[in-house]
Amino acid sequence: MNTRTLELLVGLFVAAGLVALFMLAMTASNLASYGGDDGYVIKAHFDNIGGLKVRSPVAASGVRIGRVTDISYDLEGFEAIVSMSIDPQYNSFPVDSSASILTSGLLGEQYIGLEPGAEEEFLVAGSVIDITQSALVLEQIIGQFLYSKADEE
Amino acid sequence: MSETLIKIRGLKFSRGGRVIFDNVDMDIPRTGITAIMGPSGTGKTTLLKLIGGQLRPDAGTIEVDGQNIHQLKTKDLYALRKRMGMLFQSGALLTDLSVFENVAYPIREHTKLNERMVRQLVLLKLNAVGLRGAMDLSPAELSGGMARRVAMARAIALDPMMIMYDEPFTGQDPISMGVLVKLIKSLNDALNVCSIVVSHDVYETMSIANYVYIISAGTVVEHGSPDEIRNSHSEWTRQFMEGLADGPVPFHFDAPPLLDDLFAGSGTRRG
Amino acid sequence: MIYLRDRGQDVVDILLDRIQGLGRGTLAAVSRLGRANVFLLEVFAGLSGMLTRPGLLIKQLFSVGVQTLIIIVVAGLFVGMVMALQAYYALVDFGAEDSLSVMVVLSLLRELGPVITALLFAGRAGSALTAEIGLMKATEQLSGMEMMAVNPIERVIAPRFLAGMISMPLLAAIFSAVGVMGGYLVAVELLGLDAGAFWSQAQAKVELFEDLGNGMIKSLVFGFVVSWIAVFEGYDCIPTSEGLGQATTRTVVYGSLAILVLDFVLTALMFGK
Repeated sequence: MNTRTLELLVGLFVAAGLVALFMLAMTASNLASYGGDDGYVIKAHFDNIGGLKVRSPVAASGVRIGRVTDISYDLEGFEAIVSMSIDPQYNSFPVDSSASILTSGLLGEQYIGLEPGAEEEFLVAGSVIDITQSALVLEQIIGQFLYSKADEE
Repeated sequence: MSETLIKIRGLKFSRGGRVIFDNVDMDIPRTGITAIMGPSGTGKTTLLKLIGGQLRPDAGTIEVDGQNIHQLKTKDLYALRKRMGMLFQSGALLTDLSVFENVAYPIREHTKLNERMVRQLVLLKLNAVGLRGAMDLSPAELSGGMARRVAMARAIALDPMMIMYDEPFTGQDPISMGVLVKLIKSLNDALNVCSIVVSHDVYETMSIANYVYIISAGTVVEHGSPDEIRNSHSEWTRQFMEGLADGPVPFHFDAPPLLDDLFAGSGTRRG
Repeated sequence: MIYLRDRGQDVVDILLDRIQGLGRGTLAAVSRLGRANVFLLEVFAGLSGMLTRPGLLIKQLFSVGVQTLIIIVVAGLFVGMVMALQAYYALVDFGAEDSLSVMVVLSLLRELGPVITALLFAGRAGSALTAEIGLMKATEQLSGMEMMAVNPIERVIAPRFLAGMISMPLLAAIFSAVGVMGGYLVAVELLGLDAGAFWSQAQAKVELFEDLGNGMIKSLVFGFVVSWIAVFEGYDCIPTSEGLGQATTRTVVYGSLAILVLDFVLTALMFGK
């Protein structure tokens, strides 16, 4: 085998490896969502975030519009503070929009659902969403159900 | 310039608990063919590896061209090896290179000659061993004798001051044996170098050697010119030179008397 | 009576022999390990001297990388397809077959890609490296180079070692990519899942650095260890046909064991926080 064929084949091999890596990064992982980091960050307070994680999606009407960037705990209000980055093109959510922590499917992951309000003013970077609904925790639901049954009797 | 190129003093070497050399002294002159002979398994190849600095002795010194080879830094050792040529028993050609590239290998590694010069040099060296026509063959296509001749061309590629031949005649048919004998002699005369031939082929080696060392059981048994060796009175030397089956080297490997062994019962003896 | 005493003596003898054997084996293992480490340092030193000869690396990339490619592609395709089938049967009971792609992609990126590639690599390229270097040793080519004042570690070992280290992550990436495609074929074409859901589920759940990145780190580590074992076994082998066969076997056995043990350690370090 001459040098040229050899180098050609090795070149193809290396290229194939890099293409495979690129393909895995682009189509099968979340590289694409790393790009738009120029969104604006808003915050919301929750009593309980359940299984929400950093990088969980933020959706409105089921459409993904951003993602959770930070989760911390506020020692003064004893609440969870969730920061989320909303993609810049979704810049006209009213300030009285509400955020709830929802679950996709019965056992799926948790995400934040944004429900638009009716005010004229829009949410901007640094805004805080006041109306929130915490995650449903299975034990609490079952507990409530049992209590209400007990009350009925 | 001293007359002696390689000076070995008090050489001791053992491997795996077996003593291979015990107090060997040798002086190998700067020109001419020195033969080192002895039965198989006496470590003749090991001696060449010690001279080349590939193995380290337990005690004693080996000086090559005035330098103690086992105290040299790697860089100096490599510089010295550039002036040594060695012919391995198998030829040791690089199997993934052609004959031409094999001979060109040391030239390319150690000089910055341009391609035209390399080609001329390689053709000259190959011509010297009569294999210029085989330059495009791969080592796998060569016979054993041809492979050794190519290895010879490679060994002289950098015009060394000495050439070591490790069992050059083993397993050759009479014709290629004759070719190799003639080549060793003519190369030595043409280049005026020190040739060391390690062999147990008595007749061929004696026909070209200027000086002969005979080693056995780790020591030099006898040394001298070929004529002196031929007329030696040592029983051992006579046995070796004439190939007698029994003598100082017994036919039987060390063992208790046969009858004792036959009646010792089942199983093998344990040491 | 004499018979009995002899028996007792024999048992003691055998016991002593065994203990001596154990001691000898331990010492031999420690000295091998020491040699392997010294050898690795020499190879590192040889890497720098290799920069002037890229041709040597290209040649080895061909025999180590390109010639291993076919087995990697075929294995990757079928592993991906089997994963998709298995995941489907496991998930369909929960009505969660949409998560099939997540399961396939994650297992490929995190485990199967690096590990199976490394195992195949040890069997195909590793054993070939050992055999080749061992043969060069047996035919005195390495000694011959030394006597030509050429460092065989620099010219023979270092290019092969580096080629192994470069090839491994590339092969693992190709394995995973082909595996994902195989999974896609089965899931979408055979089982009739939605193509969009396949990709979007994977994209939503697979982390670039945590999953793909860590998988690549694994394959780098495996490439390093397998290449090291392969070239060392070749260089250190007993230069006879029997010794060569043993060395080749050792490369595959030690290589595979090292991969599996290291995989556990790395997984615990990476994902076990």
